[in-house]
Amino acid sequence: MRDFQFHRPSTVAEALHLLRQASAGKLLGGGQSLLPVLKLDMAEPSDLVSLSGVTELRGIRTEGNQLIIGAFTTHAEVAASAEVRAKIPSLARLADGIGDPQVRNRGTLGGSLAHADPAADYPAAVLGLSATVHTDRRTVPADRFFTGLFETALEPDEILTAVRFTIPQRAAYAKFASHASRYAVVGVMVAQYPGGVRVGVTGAGPSAFRWTAAESALTARFAPESLAGLTYPADDLTSTPEATADYRAHLLPIMTKRAVQTALG
Amino acid sequence: MSTTTHPSIPGSIGAAIPRREDRRFITGAGRYVDDIVLPHQAYAVIVRSPHAYAQIRAIATAAALAAPGVLAVFTGHDVAADKVGGIPCGWLVKSKDGSNMVEPPHPMLVKDRVRHVGDQVAVVIAESKAEARAAAQLIEIDYEVLPAVGTLQDATAPGAPAVWAEAPDNVCFDWDLGDKAAVATAMASAYKIIDIEVRQNRVIPNAIEPRAAIGHYDPAGDYYTLYTTSQNPHLIRLLLGAFVLGIPEHRLRVVAPDVGGGFGSKIYHYAEEAIVVWASKKLGRPVKWTAERSESFMSDAHGRDTIMTAQLAVDKDGKFLAFKVHNVANMGAYLSTFAPAIPTYLSATLMAGCYTTPAIYVEVKAVFTHTVPVDAYRGAGRPEAAYLIERIVDKAARELGIDRLAIRRKNFIRPDQFPYKTPVALEYDVGDYEATLALALKAGDYDGYPARRAASQQRGKLRGIGFSTYVEGCGIAPSALVGQLGARAGLYEAATVRVHPTGSVSVFTGTHSHGQGHETTFAQLVSDKLGVPFDHVDIVHGDTDRIPFGMGTYGSRSLSVGGSAIVKAIDKILKKGKTIAAHLLAVSESDLVWSRGEFRVAGTDRRKTIAEVAFAAYVPHNYPIDKIEPGLEESAFYDPLNFTFPAGCHLCEVEVDPDTGVVQVVQMVAADDVGVVLNPMIVDGQLHGGLVQGIGQALYEEAQYDESGQLLTGSYLNYGMPRASDFPFFNVSTHPTACTHNPIGAKGVGEVGAIGCPPAVINAVLDALAPLGVTDISMPATPEKVWRAIASAQAAASTRD
Ligand SMILES: Cc1cc2nc3c(=O)[nH]c(=O)nc-3n(C[C@H](O)[C@H](O)[C@H](O)COP(=O)(O)OP(=O)(O)OC[C@H]3O[C@@H](n4cnc5c(N)ncnc54)[C@H](O)[C@@H]3O)c2cc1C
Repeated sequence: MRDFQFHRPSTVAEALHLLRQASAGKLLGGGQSLLPVLKLDMAEPSDLVSLSGVTELRGIRTEGNQLIIGAFTTHAEVAASAEVRAKIPSLARLADGIGDPQVRNRGTLGGSLAHADPAADYPAAVLGLSATVHTDRRTVPADRFFTGLFETALEPDEILTAVRFTIPQRAAYAKFASHASRYAVVGVMVAQYPGGVRVGVTGAGPSAFRWTAAESALTARFAPESLAGLTYPADDLTSTPEATADYRAHLLPIMTKRAVQTALG
Repeated sequence: MSTTTHPSIPGSIGAAIPRREDRRFITGAGRYVDDIVLPHQAYAVIVRSPHAYAQIRAIATAAALAAPGVLAVFTGHDVAADKVGGIPCGWLVKSKDGSNMVEPPHPMLVKDRVRHVGDQVAVVIAESKAEARAAAQLIEIDYEVLPAVGTLQDATAPGAPAVWAEAPDNVCFDWDLGDKAAVATAMASAYKIIDIEVRQNRVIPNAIEPRAAIGHYDPAGDYYTLYTTSQNPHLIRLLLGAFVLGIPEHRLRVVAPDVGGGFGSKIYHYAEEAIVVWASKKLGRPVKWTAERSESFMSDAHGRDTIMTAQLAVDKDGKFLAFKVHNVANMGAYLSTFAPAIPTYLSATLMAGCYTTPAIYVEVKAVFTHTVPVDAYRGAGRPEAAYLIERIVDKAARELGIDRLAIRRKNFIRPDQFPYKTPVALEYDVGDYEATLALALKAGDYDGYPARRAASQQRGKLRGIGFSTYVEGCGIAPSALVGQLGARAGLYEAATVRVHPTGSVSVFTGTHSHGQGHETTFAQLVSDKLGVPFDHVDIVHGDTDRIPFGMGTYGSRSLSVGGSAIVKAIDKILKKGKTIAAHLLAVSESDLVWSRGEFRVAGTDRRKTIAEVAFAAYVPHNYPIDKIEPGLEESAFYDPLNFTFPAGCHLCEVEVDPDTGVVQVVQMVAADDVGVVLNPMIVDGQLHGGLVQGIGQALYEEAQYDESGQLLTGSYLNYGMPRASDFPFFNVSTHPTACTHNPIGAKGVGEVGAIGCPPAVINAVLDALAPLGVTDISMPATPEKVWRAIASAQAAASTRD
């Protein structure tokens, strides 16, 4: 890890200013993805701008049918929040299944989404729970946020401020975790809304995606049987020594079915 | 965390005393190599090869040398210029034709050709670790990448690139053991021959403390000190001093302070130990190196990695008639300290298992690959043997339609057959295999299994039960025997017992504790034998300036060999003490009896405690000076007469999710005969750790190299370390039969968990999958592998229909 300047601003505006002043600045959330990258010398920022002092990025509240979570809210806070547990219990459970307690105590919602690890859990929730991603300058709908492997719609100097999740009638997240890393090999968030069902998938491919065929089938009838015979082409999925694309294609309908079963209670 | 029963043996100590060393470990007060900071210490970073096989065309160090804080950069050219020796191998194995194994050079820093990812090419030494790291990135190496062999299959394929010119077919040695002709004869007339091929997945030891070393040369006294993460400081002193740097023993001190786990990986003499000592002399400063975790993955010796094919000849009742094994074992790119001994003397010799198979023949072909060296890892050779035997025994039972336990019982060596000479060179002294099997069945409620299976089925899960009735050979080792077998060192152990003037005791042992709890168990042993309070006994280990020349800790030898040396030293103390006590009490020695720490005049209440005797020995005003010297301190060396043979039965129950292929261990029972138990709590701990590593190997862990020799599993993101949450509570118990040839009766417990358990787990998985037509699965039985096995069995079934 190389030397860098460390800043701890207290407002978004100040953070933006510091970020733009730096020759190669980087925002720091909980550091759970960025620090491993720094330790391997895979990034060498001149300045780290920590968001830990920016109070406006914290907090969880409900507005109408939307649950709003500040970007600098830790996974542990989401998991323990009475508000989240009451409004979208599946989201609290998802957060509770990220990594281990140390990771959950430091890692943040904003950091996870900005990092856009293809095996991270939150992306499935953002897609499945019809979320909008809010930044210092605009609002990005979930479907336009994840643009590729570790890539998002965020500009290099853009700060993710909050995520608005739409409260579903019912929802559940089913995760097939990697034994080694505990990240998702396949993670599926299924959410039922009056207008239809959404299925957000993470882990399986290079970037999180919606499984539209499953959405139509489940919109027609919200039951595990509706998925019978549905398959997903392995060609588009990721292969690693731990789990080939074929295996991920096999797991996808199974985990979707399990999410539906759990949502039905 | 577990249900435990350990029957006590009359005369044994047997108290579950909490480990005295845990206070410092748990409170963060342990003192590990990386905690040691010497004045003016500099920091080394090793530049490692990113390629499996490549020629170094040029290496440019000027930019690194000019970087801030950098004190020196050394390469293989500096090592060659100083005529430094290579890293030696501790065993010489000869091929069938009598020729010596191919023993390639193993330089401390490579000058010409790198031979595995992680091979050491240069060392950068700087004022701080950060500066050394930054400068290391400035070294430019021009590599000509060469075609490599990353796996055993690749290395043995016709026309494969040769790792060493002197081994054009990559064969290091081709060795055999047993009676080939007798096996052939038995096979020819057998009722049935059971065939199997099994692979031992390659595993990475993953001690919690990464390796570290500090070299310190003191020019004033021309004296060298090495602090290192070692399981055997004297062995390192011998190898480093005599073979690599040419330093006589009296000028080299090796200290292995608290060491955070080894599992074998810290037995070996590694290049980094030599590098820091050599560099310290060149620089005139202490030099410290501490591995990063990613370095551990690519530079600690790995374990296992064999492919075995075997045939078991049986009669129609399931009696074993002959067993033939062909083992191809990966050595890696260089020969690590014990490597050649693992598939041969520590594995082939165990191929009888606990059965009376009359004819056995084993061939071992050791093969070089472009991978990090492979050497002993918890169990070292015996897990390979146990796995092969227990898999093929299950297969025989299924193919013959005989109950899996019945076929084992039919072939067990019975208690009245001991001492039992096997056809593969060993003599088992004692054992009771039926007893541990019965204990496991009872502890695991075998009778209730059908109901548990039905309950799993109700939940959509496939339940299976598997057994392994294993034996292993440890307590290494009789020196004369291993000398015949190619060991270049003796394998006795040494101890010095010093009774201080007021009766407290310091014991200096050649064994090394890095998680085993010797400071507690050895103190229990001394307390019992010498009759002094436990708290008055201190166990000293790990510093060649303090301890006698002993061989260290591995092969589950510390109590049976190292403890026996302590007992022998205590015997000498008591003999001398008796002479002193007789003098003090003015009686003859034959009038004295020794009991609970006192010499008593038989039939009277006149007595002398060991403390009174010690005081007289150090203040010899009234003393039999004509007969004996003052002082009360004795040393002993103990060379065992035989190996010890722990054995037992492991019973595993798994649930398989047929949709995803996930295997969950739902019950793990270990019923072991580890000999006399000194401290049941420590025995439990050793078993738990071994079981975790055994299940880890069976289900999760695998070091994978691709065909170009890149390590695919180089971090915890993709190397499946077992975790506490993966396991049920373990159900462990012991049934001791006392070892007949050491004074303690102990056999060894360090490795049995890792040895006995993997076949029990895989046999359970195969039992669960048997209804679906699955007959084989390789370790680790990952979800995808299980899913594929189910899918291909179903496909085969549907084409048959
Ligand atoms: C051992 C381990 C296990 C893990 N397991 C899981 C798992 O099972 N599932 C899972 O989903 N994740 C897992 N993670 C990742 C974890 O969830 C991280 O918390 C998350 O990926 C990053 O969040 P962070 O707050 O730590 O961000 P950081 O690491 O601080 O930053 C990550 C990136 O986001 C940028 N960034 C941070 N905040 C903002 C913001 N507000 N606006 C714009 N950019 C921002 C940073 O500049 C950086 O590029 C694991 C991590 C570890 C170390």
